[in-house]
This record gives sequence, C-alpha cells and structure tokens, in this order.
Amino acid sequence: MNAIFGKLTLEALPLDQVVTMTAVGLALLAALGVAAAITYYGRWYWLWAEYITSVDHKKIGIMYILLGLVMLLRGFTDAAMMRIQQSMALAPNPGYLPPHHYDQIFSVHGVIMIFFVTMPLVVGLMNIVVPLQIGARDVAFPFLNSLSFWLTFSGAMLVNASLVFGEFAKTGWAAYPPLSELAFSPDVGVDYYIWSLQIAGVGTLLTGVNFLTTILRMRAPGMKMMRMPIFTWTTFCTNVLIVAAFPILTVTLALLGLDRYVGTHFFTNDGGGEQMMYVNLFWAWGHPEVYILVLPAFGVFSEVVATFSGKPLFGYKSLVWATIAITFFSFVVWLHHFFTMGAGASVNAFFGIATMIIAVPTGVKMFNWLFTMLGGRVRFAVPMLWTIGFIVTFTIGGMTGVLLAMPGADFVLHNSLFLVAHFHNTIIGGVVFGMFAGLNYWFPKAMGFRLSEPLGKASFWCWLIGFYLAFMPLYVLGFMGMTRRLNSYDNPDWQPWLVLAAFGAAIIAVGIACSILQIVYSIWKRDELRDHTGDPWDGHTLEWATSSPPPIYNFAEVPRVTEIDAWANMKVDGGGMFVRSTPYYDIHMPRNTAIGFLIGIFSIGLGFGLVWYIWWMVAVSAVAMLSVLLYRLFWEDIAYIIPAATVKDIEMQRLEEIGQS
Amino acid sequence: MSNEPRGTRAPLSRWAEGAFLRQGPCAPWGTAVAVPRDRFGDVAVSIIDSLRRARSLATRLRSASLVLCLALLAAGCRFPILDPSGPIAAREKQLILISTALMLLVVVPVIVMALLFAYLYRASNKRPHSMPDWARSNAIEAVVWIVPLLIVVALGSLAWTTTHALDPYRALEHDGETLEIDVVALDWKWLFVYPDQNIASVNEVVFPVDTPVHFNITSDTVMNSFFIPGLAGQIYAMAGMRTELSLIASEPGTFGGMSANYSGAGFSGMRFRARATSPDEFEAWTREVAASGRPLDEAAYERLAQEKANAPVIHYAPGNPDLLQSLIDKYRHTPPPKTTGSPEH
Repeated sequence: MNAIFGKLTLEALPLDQVVTMTAVGLALLAALGVAAAITYYGRWYWLWAEYITSVDHKKIGIMYILLGLVMLLRGFTDAAMMRIQQSMALAPNPGYLPPHHYDQIFSVHGVIMIFFVTMPLVVGLMNIVVPLQIGARDVAFPFLNSLSFWLTFSGAMLVNASLVFGEFAKTGWAAYPPLSELAFSPDVGVDYYIWSLQIAGVGTLLTGVNFLTTILRMRAPGMKMMRMPIFTWTTFCTNVLIVAAFPILTVTLALLGLDRYVGTHFFTNDGGGEQMMYVNLFWAWGHPEVYILVLPAFGVFSEVVATFSGKPLFGYKSLVWATIAITFFSFVVWLHHFFTMGAGASVNAFFGIATMIIAVPTGVKMFNWLFTMLGGRVRFAVPMLWTIGFIVTFTIGGMTGVLLAMPGADFVLHNSLFLVAHFHNTIIGGVVFGMFAGLNYWFPKAMGFRLSEPLGKASFWCWLIGFYLAFMPLYVLGFMGMTRRLNSYDNPDWQPWLVLAAFGAAIIAVGIACSILQIVYSIWKRDELRDHTGDPWDGHTLEWATSSPPPIYNFAEVPRVTEIDAWANMKVDGGGMFVRSTPYYDIHMPRNTAIGFLIGIFSIGLGFGLVWYIWWMVAVSAVAMLSVLLYRLFWEDIAYIIPAATVKDIEMQRLEEIGQS
Repeated sequence: MSNEPRGTRAPLSRWAEGAFLRQGPCAPWGTAVAVPRDRFGDVAVSIIDSLRRARSLATRLRSASLVLCLALLAAGCRFPILDPSGPIAAREKQLILISTALMLLVVVPVIVMALLFAYLYRASNKRPHSMPDWARSNAIEAVVWIVPLLIVVALGSLAWTTTHALDPYRALEHDGETLEIDVVALDWKWLFVYPDQNIASVNEVVFPVDTPVHFNITSDTVMNSFFIPGLAGQIYAMAGMRTELSLIASEPGTFGGMSANYSGAGFSGMRFRARATSPDEFEAWTREVAASGRPLDEAAYERLAQEKANAPVIHYAPGNPDLLQSLIDKYRHTPPPKTTGSPEH
C-alpha cells in the first residue's frame, strides 16, 4: 500500500472533526453549485476558450482577482475562528478549538492572506492595468503569464487540499525551525507549506520577469520612464523586488525541504544546524515582500487621488524617487523582525535606523496625495473613500511601525498583539484598502460596467469601522502584555478587549458580504451600469483611452506619448484616440493555449505526491509537466493575425457607441 | 451607565456592567484570580449574540456604552508595559512615550489635512475649482522631505543611544552583588537554575528587589522567547546558544512571565511566576527549596523534559550548576572560533 498511497491513510481524513468537515462540505457544495450553474447556462466551452486557456492579460488579471477574493473568504473564516476562540478561552474554559486545530488556523491564515489573497489581488490588478497604461497590446510573454497564474492557482489548491488530506503546518506562517523541522513537526503540515509556497513562488517569480520585461521594453513610443503613470512605476519597483527577493524564499524553503526529506542539518538544533540563518533568510525575503504588496497599492492611491481630485498628481518626480528609495531600503531592514535574537546593540541600532528612514519617503508620498487634493474638486466616489480611509489608517500603522523599529521599544512589544495590530494596520489599511480602491476604479475597464456605488460605500464603511474595532483593542492588549498566537490565557483583564475585537471582525464580515453583494448586484444590473465611453471617471492615463472592456488587441493604433498623463493631454488637445485618420492595420496577437493550465494542474499532483511521499505520482507529474512544456517549445503556430477589416469593424462599432452616449 | 436606554438590555452591556461592578480594580497580572463560571457563560452567549444578530440602532447605542464601560474597566487594570516595576522597563516605557510624541508631530497634521482637504475641496462645495493644474511647488516639496527627515534624525539618534543603553547584555550599574540565574526553555515550561545557591525551580523564579539579576538563557527544544513584561524586555532562547538578559526589580511583587515566541502545542501554558521579594524572604525561599531534597540529576532532568504541558511548580536541590553549559555543549560538538559575537556559539 505504501507504494501506492505513500504516507496517506484513511486516518489522515478529518472525518471526526465537525468544524473541518462542515467547511469541506460547504466548499464542495459551493463548487457543485458553480459547476451546475455553468452546465445549466451551457458555459463550459466559453469558460475554457475565453478564460482557462486565455493568454490575454486582461482575462488572466480577472482570474487572479477572482482567486484572491475566493481565498479571502477562506482566510477571513480562519480569522473569525481565531477571534471567537480568543474571546472565549479565558481559563478554565479552553474555548472550542484545541491547540492542534487552532495552531493550524493561525498558520494557514497568514499563509493564505499573504500568498493567496493579497498577492493574487496585486498581480491581478497589475495584469489588467499595466499593459493598458503603457499602451501595449499584451505583456512581453503571454504564455508565461498564463503559466504564472496556473502555478499560483495550484499552490492555493494545495493549501486547500490540506483541509481534507492530513493537516496544515502548526508552526506559524513563517515556519521557524527547529519547530518546522522533522524532529518537532513530523507530520505533513510543513510539507504542504513548503510545496504550496514553492509552486506559487515560481509563478510569482515568472510574473516578476514578465512585467519587468514588459515595462522596460513595451512602452508606447514617447513614454519615457519619467512619463510612466505612477501605478506602472510602483509595479515596476514591485517586480524588481520580486525578482530580487523571491529566489531567497525559494532557496530557504529548499534548504528546509532538504532537512526534512534527506536529513541534512541546515537549520536543525544538532549536527551544526543554524536556526538563526533561516530567520535571517526568511526575512531577507519577507521584508521586501511587504513592499511588493504595498507599493502597487500606493500606485492605486496615486491614480485614484489624481483622478477624483480632477488634478494632475502633485510632485510626480518626488513620488517616483520616493518609490525608488523605498525599493532600495526595503532590502536593508530585515533584521528588525528579530531584534530580540541577541544581535549586538550597534547591529540592532543600524537596522532600526534604516527602518525609520523608510518612513521619510513614505511620509513624502502621504503629503503628495494630500496636496493633490488641495485646490481640486474631490469627488467621493468609492475608490476615493478607500483612499481617504487609507491615508488616515495607514498613518497610524506607520507610526506604530516606527515605534517597533526602535529596538528598545521592540524588546517589550515584539511578539505581542501590538505587533499583530501593527501589521494588520498596514496590510489591511494599506494593501487591502488599496486593492478595493483599485477594484472599484478599474472594474469598469475590465468588465465594461461600473460597480454599484451604494453597496461599495456600505462595504467601505463596514470595513473601516470593523477594522478599528477589531485591531485597536489589540494595540491595547499589547500594552497589557498579551503575546500573539495564544490558544488560551488566564488573565481576565484581557477578555473584554478580545470580545470587542471579535465584534469588530463581525463588522468586517458584513463588509465582505457587501462587497460580494456589490459584485453580484452589479452583474445583475450591468446594462444600467454600462460604461459606453471607456472613460467613466474622467481619467488621466492611457487605459481610459480605449473601450471598456478593451478589444483583445487593446489599441487599434499604438498611442504616441508626449507628456505625463498622456490621456488627459489627448483629451485637451481634442478628440485624442477617438478621432482617426490613418488606415487600420493587421494586428499580430498570441494564440490561446492550454499548456499553462495543464502544467499548473500537473504541479498540484507533483506537490501532493511530494507531501505524501507518493513517488509514482511525483514521477508521473514531473514527466507530464516536462513533456507538455517541451511540446509547447516546438510549437511554431503560437500567434495569429487579426485582419485590418475586423479591426476597423470593431473600432467603428466603438465610435458609434461613444457617439450615442 | 445611568443614561443607558431603558428596556431589555443586550447581554453584552449587561455583562460589561456586571463585570465592572463586580471586579473593581483588577488583580495584578499572574496572581490567580477565581473566575466565576457564570461570567464565562455570559461572554459566550454575548459573542454568539453579537455575531449572529443584525444590530439595530438601539443595540448600537448600547455598544457605545459598552465601550465606555471597557474604558472604565481598563482604568483599573494593569498595563505591565506602561506600568513598569523596574528601571529597564521604565526606560523602555519612556522611550515608547517620547517616540510616540515625536511621531505625532507628523501624524496629527497628516490626519487633519486628509480630512480637512477632502472636506474643503469637495466637488459639491460651491467654491471655484481653484488650482486645476497645480502639481508642483518646490517650497512644499522641501518641507515634506525635510520635516520627516528631521524627525527621523531625532528618532535615529534616540534609537542609537537607547539601543546601547538598553542592550540586554549590558551589565547594570548598581552597587549590589549580581544574582546569576540560568534559564532553560523546555517543552513547555521554564527551568531556572541558581548556580551559586545550588538549587533549581520549574515555572517559578524568585529574586530580591533592588538587586541586579543576570539571566543566562538557552533552550533544550525549539526557539522560545523569555519575557517578563513589567520588568524588562524579552530575548530569544535557542538550543546550542546562550543569550543574556539583565534586570532589576525596584518594587516587590509577583509578575507574570511567559514565552513570547510560539513554540508548539503547549505554548499557551508556558507561563511562569516571577517574584521580587525582600532579601530576607529570598533567603527563606532558597532555604525552602534547598530543603526539598529532590536532586536535579540526569534522571530527574530527563523526566522533566519528557513531561509536556502545564507543568506545576517543582523545586530541586541540589540544582546542577553545570546544566546550562552541558545543554549548550550537547548541540555544539566543536568549539567555535573566538571571533563570534553574541549570542555565544
């Protein structure tokens, strides 16, 4: 049996755990419901041809965002379970989650929220927006883009598989050794962690390579670097960080994997292992990672604040240089995650001061956004509400961050709920708010219709109020000496604050429900919310110069750029892209392919086989992945031509639609 | 509570009020507090209530009063970080307050400007669109770069001096003789060895007030973090390595200690009691432990290391003064080169 199933046995199925089985049942039911709906409406072929095999950056972006939103539901459910557990578990009551289950939940919550919620949302927005903003027809490597998505997808599926087959890591999301070593975590949880992150990490690294090349090589004529929209700039810096930082994670996890699979001693207690090396390497990736997430969010806010103030962005050059400064400094601060590991005072002080220096360019950005509003006409559309909410919230998160960067203060605040409150303050207040702003801002561009305003506002207010109620108590608890990851506690003073935090989480749940409702309602009412002009917000940048959704080739004629805010200038100069005099040309576009999807699906088999030591499955999956890749490499017919006549028809139809509205 | 709306009260606010009246000033952290059963039941019910029920305006008013009650409740509670009992912790608190004040110089204007600009320049305002193309000003640029920079220079120099002053390895300036205590993190308990007194104790550490205490810390398991909020900062405990921490308790009392770094299933129960006593009481305690007659030999240590979660307080005598070094040597077979800094390899 071992040869067939490896370590996988019937006992690995959580058949006796009510909570887990309910979750699995609901997930299966939801999947069946979606499958039934697709069958009922006869949309299977459409799904395959238009999305699964698509190499179009806009479609891939939509799939990334869908993945991020679905995983948000899972990550949030975990968060809610933790909040309920902690609000109950004052001794002698142990709460409803035993450590075995609770420890998995906080580990998987962190992994999902970082890798499978915020990363897909960020990469999804990048995909939809960047090629349009630089006037390109697609990314540099469309097939690679599809492969990146499906690898990320399979990483997420592997994490979800751990719900049913076996268990997830009980080590915290950073999986510090020696706890994550075989000696202390002999079960498959850490292996799920390693392989899901390795597979998704390769996808992310390929995305980095792809977008760096796209931004460097595929900008419209005349768009110099210092004429790029800020969102493209921040994306560019994010991808520099991805390419520089993700290999560190890959190597670190590979070393941990070697320890677990072949018995090396890189990070073990004995045999000359060095656990502090893992901690250093992990954060040498981990700190740039938070800027990988937040820089694109800064880009979103820059676009939104300029558009909804009806003004160009204040201090464009300042903002670009601030972004570059943050990119650089994000690599020299990693030690602030472990001031308490015994480094000397001078080392700690160096990293503390380097961390504080990051606050300067970040502060400059804040002021630039504020002065963009000054003298403008501020429209409180949904993306702008998220932006103002962000400025207020993130400023507080930045302040507590600088406080934690002070080594003397960190000695008493490290590993406490103060720390937990701080990074949620920046990741929710920065990244999540930014992604919701971006989603509301670019949704009409991607889908062709706007999102409902009232429901969007309801979602914003629930998130904002819920956030403050859920996380301000955690700051207080940090001062009361409560540490993170506690399954139970014996201090009655803490409980009221934990109850309040759970109540805040419930309000965030309402916010998430409003967001889902907003999307569903807007799809239902899509004809009323239709964007006929392609420029629903009076935007400044090139993505608004084409129709919503854009044709597959984005621009019939590649735009020529002479200034920052290319589209705003074209509108002032009269007509811009609307008027055409030159003839239409044939357009050369990449052909759809199922290869990315197949490699992604096979990589689930590869990861699953490695987790459970099912070696035949590993071999079959690896051979299958390699074979389809080789097959693809010898493929010559990877592109096709859209004839000029078809382009003309599409463009004429569009001009007619603009004329009518 | 008098202005709370009349009628049926939500369980949440009833609970908070009850707790406030019943509790009075909160007990110090770490001392055993008997928790009435019914109170827990109320909380469980209230959570389920608050999560399930859509809240009407009236219940929202009640939650406002709940927040008020919480604030009052907190006023009587202990915040060990903000209410320190030793000079190290006191300076750490002072550092937090000074840094926060410095940062508020930027944070408050940003928040005020965000709300003010958004309000003043709202599109519905009748005032004309005053500066539609205004996008740069060297004067403002200079201010927004220089002011944060100056504050960071101030914070940075503060960081440099305090990081050296509060280095946990730094010997404390004090006339009294230093008490040495070895600390071993185990699954999931703390073992304290007093090499000079030749005694040892599990999950209870006692030291005299106004005396410098120097801890040598290691782990015979995964990474943990040794932390007594209210007395000093924390430092990691790692196998094969020795980390150090110094503190002085300036007033007698009982303090909660813990592992601050997650270390596996029994982590939540990895708590200990730290007691700062008068010198006489300390002497009495060491005599009491010495009389326990339970030697910390190899067999006893093995038994202790095997026993997992929620260990009671256990006393050992004689206490094996060489234990710490032997545990470090267990993981480090070869002597390290002389050049390595702290933590010791």
